[in-house]
Amino acid sequence: MAGLSLEKTLEKKASVSRLRRQPRWGETIIQSLLFFSGFFSIFTTLGIVYELGKEALLFFQMPEVNLIDIFTKTKWQPHTGEFGIWPLFTATMMTTTIAMLIAIPLGMAVAIYLSEYAKPRVRTTLKPILEVLAGIPTIVYGYFALTFMTPLLREVFGRDLVQIYNTASAGLVMGILILPLITSMTEDALSAVPRSLREAAYGMGATKLEVALQIVVPAALSGIAAAIIVGISRAIGETMIVAVAAGAGPNLTLNPFEGAETLTGHIVRISGGDLSYDSIDYNSIFALGLFLFIVTLTLNIISQAIVRRFREVYE
Amino acid sequence: MKEKAIVQGFSDNLGARNRKGTIWYVLFQASTVIGILALIALVLNIINGAFGYVAYEARVDPDTLAVDGIPLTDQSKEQLVALLQSTLSSGAYTKLENDKPFAERSREEVYQLIVERIIRPEVVQVWNLWPSLTQADEIRATLASEHPDAELDFISWLSKDFVTRPQTSEAFTAGVRTAIFGSLWTILFTILLAFPIGVGAAIYLEEYASDNRFNRIIQTNINNLAGVPSIIYGILGLAIFVRTLEPLTSGEIFGLVDPTTASGRTVLSAGLTLGLLVLPIIIINAQEAIRAVPRSLRNASFGVGATKWQTVWSHVLPNAMPGILTGTILAISRAIGETAPLVVVGASTAISFDPNSPFSKFTTLPIQIYQWTSRPQDEFRSLAAASILVLLVLLLTLNASAVLLRNRFSRRY
Repeated sequence: MAGLSLEKTLEKKASVSRLRRQPRWGETIIQSLLFFSGFFSIFTTLGIVYELGKEALLFFQMPEVNLIDIFTKTKWQPHTGEFGIWPLFTATMMTTTIAMLIAIPLGMAVAIYLSEYAKPRVRTTLKPILEVLAGIPTIVYGYFALTFMTPLLREVFGRDLVQIYNTASAGLVMGILILPLITSMTEDALSAVPRSLREAAYGMGATKLEVALQIVVPAALSGIAAAIIVGISRAIGETMIVAVAAGAGPNLTLNPFEGAETLTGHIVRISGGDLSYDSIDYNSIFALGLFLFIVTLTLNIISQAIVRRFREVYE
Repeated sequence: MKEKAIVQGFSDNLGARNRKGTIWYVLFQASTVIGILALIALVLNIINGAFGYVAYEARVDPDTLAVDGIPLTDQSKEQLVALLQSTLSSGAYTKLENDKPFAERSREEVYQLIVERIIRPEVVQVWNLWPSLTQADEIRATLASEHPDAELDFISWLSKDFVTRPQTSEAFTAGVRTAIFGSLWTILFTILLAFPIGVGAAIYLEEYASDNRFNRIIQTNINNLAGVPSIIYGILGLAIFVRTLEPLTSGEIFGLVDPTTASGRTVLSAGLTLGLLVLPIIIINAQEAIRAVPRSLRNASFGVGATKWQTVWSHVLPNAMPGILTGTILAISRAIGETAPLVVVGASTAISFDPNSPFSKFTTLPIQIYQWTSRPQDEFRSLAAASILVLLVLLLTLNASAVLLRNRFSRRY
């Protein structure tokens, strides 16, 4: 009896050990491949930081370049050795400002309309249309700016006032480009506000507008702020519209009807020809790229932080 | 009495409040209409540019090129080659022969050369579609008085020939075939890089990664990469693929260097650059698709003794695949429309031969549009409009297939 039970226990132990975890090399290899894929994006970021940093450093070490001049001089002319970032910077600020003046009010109005007013059927037809707008390549917007917006502006404000290449046209069209981005992010934020908040406000006798502007919008403010910041970051990094329509040649001006070259527009124009390595032009685009990367990355991180920090969590 | 007063107090400014509500409602609606109008204007503007009247003068009258009474259009390839040889300078002829031997050129290509080099129709003026439709008589009148020799034709810049002809520097014979092939080759390498790594990363993050600091960094990093301006990727591609990896991307280590390039500015570099650009988009979309597969499916698979990878491969991936593919198609359509990174990586300005290997020089549709848009002459704007239509049709097809895929295979649990 006792012997039999011992035998049984041994048998049991053997079968348990067979079930025990065994090394599976196939699984391990696959898992490490998957881990590599996941880690790959870190390489991309490191690559960006390393390459931009390295070449930018070479740029700053060049005898023609000094850091004080970059922020005090008002001309960016690589050929004559003048490197003042202001003309590029002001042009970028101008196109971004004009774009946001269009995109923020329009984008928010459309989002409020879609989320608070539109009937489900209207919403389901309108949203894809806005998505189409978001899916059109930016070079097409560039064509639109040059062949539609610029002639329109010249017609309205006069040909003497508005140059063929101008930041106003590029900025306005960029606003249309960014509109769907702001709309969809804002609308997501608005629809995340729970129904009960609206019902409570209606119960107190509020009108639809009061509910929308005084209850829903404040409740979704963190999402809206994030949308605006992402929009700004997108506008700063936008390239083809300004490359086509804003003008070729750095120009320090605050007149939106004059041509000027933005950071991105300058990078594209400089690298358009066959750029020789280690020339000052080659190194300068890395320095400008690094600046652009830091600015947009900071904005994106701020936007994510706002969402995390100030998000209202509803049960 | 008292109650009535309160009710009155409530409704005192009700009219004003409602009026305010109506005004804002109209404003909201108007904004939406403006957005839609912008889209309509965009499309109409492109169509407006892609069709219309063209006035042109031939620098050599084709009738004078007839041989033995046979008009130019009916002559054989040999006759056409002979014509080229006798008309062009010997230097120009030898250069053409060196670009591609005449024996290898089709009759069609030789005919193109004759139009380009000998007849050389010169555009006098171009009209968009709208003036062509509304002011046809005025156009004829002004043309007759200013350029009596010019011919006037209503042409569609977008045509079958336009899609199948290679790129040339003459507006009348220019086509986008080179650019279409360039786009396809580029996208091939984009997919080869971004799809396996993107899906792998998504599987890792959703199925394998534990919630620790390191994996959260990976996730945050992917979200941040999605917001990096595309031109930065171009600069990265220029530094890494074009310059550092030049032996690889120019085909040198395979002994396959294209004699006309011998630099890293190739289809391969462009494709890999765009691959890095769309990688975060593919990862984020694939993650969502994988997350949508219910837990119960995995548990059932584990329950019958499947390993982790067997579960992922046989149950999670098949169920997530429609979502993954939809996301990938959207990412590809983003890559097809990208211009800025490719300009920085070094797209060629003028190539007339189709890319035939990963190490060929390249141009793509958006690059072509950019170049034509940037030229001051109206006829090139029209070519740009026509190639925009080609690009939009391509993107529309891709997006429609993504929507179809989503509707056809989407499952609800």
